[in-house]
Amino acid sequence: MASVTVRNFSVTLGAQPVIDALDLDVADGEFLVLLGPSGCGKSTLLNAMAGLVDTSGGRIEIDGVDATWATPRERNIGMVFQSYALYPTMSVAGNLSFGLRARGVPRAEVQQRVQRAAALLQLEPLLSRKPSQLSGGQRQRVAIGRALVRDARVFLFDEPLSNLDANLRASLRRELKLLHQRLGSTMIYVTHDQVEALTLATRIAVLYNGRIQQLGTPTEVYDRPANRFVASFIGAPPMNFLEGRVSITQGLRRFSVAGLELDLGHYRPDADPLAEGETLELGVRPEHLRLCDDGTHEAEVTLTEPMGNSSIIWLRCGGAQWAALAAQQSLPRVGSSARFEIDTTGLTLFRVGDGTRR
Amino acid sequence: MTRRGHRDPAWWGLAALALSAAAFFLLPLYVMAITSLKPMEEIRLGHLFAWPTQLSLDAWRAAWSGACTGVACEGIRGGFWNSVSIVLPSTIIAITLGALNGYALAYWRARGAALLFGLLMIGAFIPVQVLMFPLVRMLGPLHLVGSLPGIVLVHVIFSMPIMTLIFRNHFAALPRELFLAARLDGAGFLRIFVLLMLPLSVPMLVVAAIMQATGVWNDYILGLVFAGREHLPMTVQLNNLVNTTTGTKLYNVDMAATLLTSLVPLTIYVLSGRWFVRGIAAGAVRG
Repeated sequence: MASVTVRNFSVTLGAQPVIDALDLDVADGEFLVLLGPSGCGKSTLLNAMAGLVDTSGGRIEIDGVDATWATPRERNIGMVFQSYALYPTMSVAGNLSFGLRARGVPRAEVQQRVQRAAALLQLEPLLSRKPSQLSGGQRQRVAIGRALVRDARVFLFDEPLSNLDANLRASLRRELKLLHQRLGSTMIYVTHDQVEALTLATRIAVLYNGRIQQLGTPTEVYDRPANRFVASFIGAPPMNFLEGRVSITQGLRRFSVAGLELDLGHYRPDADPLAEGETLELGVRPEHLRLCDDGTHEAEVTLTEPMGNSSIIWLRCGGAQWAALAAQQSLPRVGSSARFEIDTTGLTLFRVGDGTRR
Repeated sequence: MTRRGHRDPAWWGLAALALSAAAFFLLPLYVMAITSLKPMEEIRLGHLFAWPTQLSLDAWRAAWSGACTGVACEGIRGGFWNSVSIVLPSTIIAITLGALNGYALAYWRARGAALLFGLLMIGAFIPVQVLMFPLVRMLGPLHLVGSLPGIVLVHVIFSMPIMTLIFRNHFAALPRELFLAARLDGAGFLRIFVLLMLPLSVPMLVVAAIMQATGVWNDYILGLVFAGREHLPMTVQLNNLVNTTTGTKLYNVDMAATLLTSLVPLTIYVLSGRWFVRGIAAGAVRG
């Protein structure tokens, strides 16, 4: 177990900077998720931590010791690949012991450590099986065991669940979270799936264009997105974005958007207080739009998307489209009018130019 | 919709074509086989396709241990063992080096690897004859011309492009994550090669062994130039036997000697037809 520190770190592939002067601190025992769309540099960062990609600037420390130019062997980091990359010709025991044998651990100790890891991961009855004879969950455990058995200081995961069907993905996700709770190891996990990120992480780093857009707990990232990109990338159905204007009357701040006047009394801006006439972009999550008969605003229902336990209701109001998440079973008829309320405690405002949170 | 029958006119056409092709290629073999079993008196009658009236293995015995190849009259048995002693090391060394080369080129991206690979590929297209004289001049001062290590070295050199190519393609087709996982596990160049890559390459090793063994066994010109008097391979001795100009021409012995010489590659072809086709496919450039 160890902490990982990344300082002013850059990776350039060809002429393109894939990671751009990035800083990141991963605490001991943390489950950090690197979340971002494909091509954002998250896998490259993970590979750089493992020592599989050379840096073009900056440093990486593991447990406070510089490891920028250390070989993968010296770093003693474990990695679980998307394909799991189990050695197909070796048994489970062979897969587990490979790293120990490569490090010249005495035979008796290899035996002992393999047994211990197998017991911890409930792999004992499978030790003589070949990887092709294992289920998805068993393969994941062997892949983790391969790192566990040699006391890897950090566990890296490169989208290990993205090739699986939805049911298996959910069950392996739970298994992984339980395992982290039990082992308490430092884990760094790359994914483009926000559900995996929100459910697994102790902290999420949202990556885009080779930079960290926001680093925070799942709640922070979801409730107080640092910029428009984070807000739009996390959350399903996605956030509503609408441009509007701040107005101040008798000390009360309000936001005029698409013919609506929203109370900004609950809004805490990041920096200076909001000014009269400021043009900003409003972000409202669909669950903060509530359909109710005594709602303040009126809209026309244009589309409904039932999802079983909830529904997305698309509303047209003042020339703008809003998505509302409704728990109700009886859907409003398309074309009918509906009244709705906006929970103003859940609003976020973004600057129009750079999209940062206001 | 009716099922397409197995015995429609097209099937008969194909069958006829296959049969006539087989007959065309097998007829010479038949003539060789029966001629080798006839005594000379019967051959002189000139009934080329006639079944022997009396079967005799005398010609085979003579070809193996009694016929004259040049001045010596010891058959081509010596050539057989010479060929074996050339083929075995040539195959083992060429495959070992080719697999190592292919592995290094596919995974270890050394500086200049692409250039090296390109040069090797150019090498694959240069005819052996062009290189013969320079090679003799190069190996002469090293005292490697006319020796067993010399001929083995020459075979290994000439097989390097194709061996490297098929192994590089094979390794490049394996999932790269396997290699990375082994690197993270702390394994080095040789450990990954021996414990991970070779067990994944058994079919490829068999294919390469077949290609190299038959290729070296069938070689004539390199053996003639580089093997020297003591190690002349079977093909060269066969030529000496067939082209001996003194005395009467012993067709039955010639045929028997030819069949003996082709017995090894023939056996390999028959036993490993499936593998061999894969080898030809692997030799095609891909990836």
